[in-house]
Amino acid sequence: MRANCWQGKKKMQVEDVADPKILNSQDAIVRITSTAICGSDLHLYNGFVPTMQQGDIVGHEFMGEVMEVGSAVKNLKVGDRVVVPFPISCGKCFFCQEGMFSLCENSNPNAWLAEKFWGHSPSGIYGYSHLLGGFAGGQAQYARVPFADVGPLKIENGFRDEQVLFLSDIFPTGYMAAEACNIKPGDTIAVWGCGPVGQFAIKSAFLLGAERVIGIDRYPARLQMARDKSSAQTINYEEADVLETLKEITGGRGPDACIDAVGMESHSPGVQYAYDRVKQAMMLETDRPIALRQAILACRNGGTLSVAGVYGGFIDKVPFGSLMNRSITVKTGQTHVHRYMRPLLERIEKGEIDPSFVVTHRMSLNDAPEGYEMFDRRDGCIKVVLKP
Amino acid sequence: MATLTETRDIAKPAEPRTDTHYARQVLNRQRSERQGGRMGINEESLARALGWFSIGLGIAEIIAPRSLAKLVGTDNHKPLVRSYGLREIASGVGILTNPRPAPWVWSRVGGDMLDLASLAAALKSRRNERGKTVGAIAAVTGVTALDVLCAQQLSAGTGGASGRAPMQAEASLIINRSQEECYRFWRNFENLPRFMSYLEAVWSSGDRRSHWVARGPGSAKVQWDAEIVNEVPNQRISWRSLPGSDIENSGSVEFEPAPGGRGSIARVQMDFGQPGRALGKLLTKLMGKYPERIVMKDLRRFKQVLEVGEVITTEGQPAGRSSSTTWLDSIAR
Repeated sequence: MRANCWQGKKKMQVEDVADPKILNSQDAIVRITSTAICGSDLHLYNGFVPTMQQGDIVGHEFMGEVMEVGSAVKNLKVGDRVVVPFPISCGKCFFCQEGMFSLCENSNPNAWLAEKFWGHSPSGIYGYSHLLGGFAGGQAQYARVPFADVGPLKIENGFRDEQVLFLSDIFPTGYMAAEACNIKPGDTIAVWGCGPVGQFAIKSAFLLGAERVIGIDRYPARLQMARDKSSAQTINYEEADVLETLKEITGGRGPDACIDAVGMESHSPGVQYAYDRVKQAMMLETDRPIALRQAILACRNGGTLSVAGVYGGFIDKVPFGSLMNRSITVKTGQTHVHRYMRPLLERIEKGEIDPSFVVTHRMSLNDAPEGYEMFDRRDGCIKVVLKP
Repeated sequence: MATLTETRDIAKPAEPRTDTHYARQVLNRQRSERQGGRMGINEESLARALGWFSIGLGIAEIIAPRSLAKLVGTDNHKPLVRSYGLREIASGVGILTNPRPAPWVWSRVGGDMLDLASLAAALKSRRNERGKTVGAIAAVTGVTALDVLCAQQLSAGTGGASGRAPMQAEASLIINRSQEECYRFWRNFENLPRFMSYLEAVWSSGDRRSHWVARGPGSAKVQWDAEIVNEVPNQRISWRSLPGSDIENSGSVEFEPAPGGRGSIARVQMDFGQPGRALGKLLTKLMGKYPERIVMKDLRRFKQVLEVGEVITTEGQPAGRSSSTTWLDSIAR
């Protein structure tokens, strides 16, 4: 089959590889009909995620048709149309049973390694480093899906792929980030990063009853999408002082909750960016937390900081004193996608949202490397969907 | 999730100890007596300090050979001082990166001798500031004494700490299954190869006896017979190789209920016998110097088999390279 492989920093390559096989009795093989490039894939592309190995098949947002099921699979049959959640979860361990699917204790065969890095191991994730299991990903023609009875969501109505594909990651991720804000009527929510996750966080914040949502980015096309598709207010951080503007909008109090939908490769005009970029290059910190710092300082007293952006390792100069002294609650985590798939599908069915609004580019799987390059340059490129 | 505990007394029920427990207690006491009998300095941390000292001095010698030569009152011998710097760094890196640093600390002693000889030679020259050189000799002599002490202790210690002592490991892990289920699965020893990576097969040969086959490097196999020496249904199983077998090893597992009805906690102790003997040698090959890693990983596989029925793998998946998995996976699993 054809598959998009990580061959090193800034080097993706679509190659001919073997077809996947059933390896565990609870596996299914899915023929992929649509797969997407995630913002977090750019962290792999830019070489910021440790333990990627040359030849790893990437991609964790995919859907398709079940081609084969293992002997222990009961809920799926050949021909089912499914969306696959990006965390791999067993459904039987303490965390799965508590609904914390991205913390599954049994799906990361490399848990020992993750424990060395992070103290404890989260679940495995498709195509997202050997720290997270070293599983082959879904930017390919076929994928092996472990624990097939637990993860895949059957799509039984006539939605187009693009309307349901993002249930695999970015829609639940934006939604979980907004849900974590514990939104009450009248709340103002600020969202750093108007990429795909940011767009869904903005939409979800409104769905959950926020009065005002403010999107922050530097790319005009993204800010415009936030205004046009979700009626958000926007701040271009290259043109305005974010902290001052947020104070102005909220009468000095600050947003009730702040969402970081940026993660480890944050930008800013000025010295701060240079400082973090140098430290990152010298391996003195692994992640650049510029948006995170700003989100903490902007948040109102007693408010919530919700972190959806991906971080991998260590960050520097985080104003923890501000968090502590001002009673800020921090919520974060890889998305417990399984928990949100069905309720969010219902919202799609009811017509409350059509997730396909984020798609700006459609390409063939063979053009994946070009898609990465374009998405990384960002101008006007918000979401790339690949067709195998 | 995983805790590797050397301090077994914490949170342990005060129940009668099994044979393994007893043997271990005696051994630990002997060990701590042996260590406590020394000067009270831990030779390993001393070695580490000396290693860092070596690197620091070495860097100084390489970057600022002139100032250093001046400091010890000798003439400017830039290339010589720089080469001594390289030597210092090599010793330092050797001490810090080697699990058995004794030879590298001895290399420091050799270096000290060279330093002292050079300084003594410098004393003869009238051009040098002899006062400073004498001071330098005194300082180096002090460090030499420390090096010799450390090297001696380490050399004596390597025999005791990792040469002759049995290879032991402990691990514990919480499992989302009842004590009864855990016990029942483990008690059927024929299940052990499903999660113990180095076992090929175990046959129960009657009541409490079993025959074990372990995989070696290549196609080598090691076999032995074992018996259960102690068991409390749903709580504990202890076993050991039969007296007189080629292989000497023992192990025990205990299951206790986790608080709040959250399954049970399994605690495993394994004793792989003398490293010099067949299984010990084999296992040393398999798991390097860290048998507790293997025991922990095996326990994690035990959890997977009990909770989800099998061990999840990526072995055999496609990839844009010749092998489905990489060296990182083999370290991690």
